[in-house]
Amino acid sequence: MKTLEELKAIREKMQGQVSMRGEDHGRTRILVGMATCGIASGARPVLNTLSNLVQKNNMTDRFSVTQTGCIGLCQYEPIVEILEPGKEKITYINMTSEKAEEVYKEHLLGGHIVQNYTLASADIK
Amino acid sequence: MMTEISLNILDVAENSTRAGATLVTILVSVETAADKLIVTIEDNGCGMTKEQALQVTDPFFTTRGTRKVGLGVPFFKYAAESTGGSFSIESELGTGTVVTAVFGLSHIDRMPLGDINSTIETLITCHPDTDFLYIYRYNQASFELDTRAFREILGDIPFDTPEVSAYIKEYLSENKLETDGGAAI
Repeated sequence: MKTLEELKAIREKMQGQVSMRGEDHGRTRILVGMATCGIASGARPVLNTLSNLVQKNNMTDRFSVTQTGCIGLCQYEPIVEILEPGKEKITYINMTSEKAEEVYKEHLLGGHIVQNYTLASADIK
Repeated sequence: MMTEISLNILDVAENSTRAGATLVTILVSVETAADKLIVTIEDNGCGMTKEQALQVTDPFFTTRGTRKVGLGVPFFKYAAESTGGSFSIESELGTGTVVTAVFGLSHIDRMPLGDINSTIETLITCHPDTDFLYIYRYNQASFELDTRAFREILGDIPFDTPEVSAYIKEYLSENKLETDGGAAI
């Protein structure tokens, strides 16, 4: 069984390495809808993909990935909202793991909103 | 409907965090001799009145303003009961809530447990201010993940630090494998 010893070792290793977490108002927040509608349509893998990308690329100082409740657009779930300080909120709809990766590269890293996937460009009746 | 029991667990546990719980206890227990799969999700959040607790299994009851249905709990109840199992919610205002779902383990309509490790990991990393006690039991074997124990060791190192998050993934998958021997659940 994996024990807590390894966790202690991680702590020792990181002693002194932990940088001050960037203040929340400076970070871009990535919100993944996690109400029943979101979970049922596949939000968990979308959140995991985004979470892993941010962590593996050591971007936790710039981005925080978290969940949010029902946005009221259940038919468009999974939904990802990007809240960049000082900028307008961008809502991506019908997300998948692949699209999430694209949004990460193009929008979050590259600064270019992926217009095709946004709510604004969808034909809402 | 959800495709896996683990997604229902994620859904209900999210309710618990929204109720302001500081500790959410999730038990998943497989009992092959009794032919049961038991799930309990207990929280110390704000709880509900007796009336609300009775209403919450009604799909047309919700405390949300954004829509008129609340399907998570009714679907979970339906999923358990259609396998010959049972479902109950006990709640006390100001104390917390316990959701219990019992599934008929070998029933043909029982949906798979699914990726429970992913559910637990998602809960832990998305709710850094909530503690989770996860207990996984397969007959006589079991293991636990208690975020309080992790926090004691880590101090202020956050759970989403890559090394810690990798550790949590491995902790869950290795211990689960050792507990249930890789059984398809």
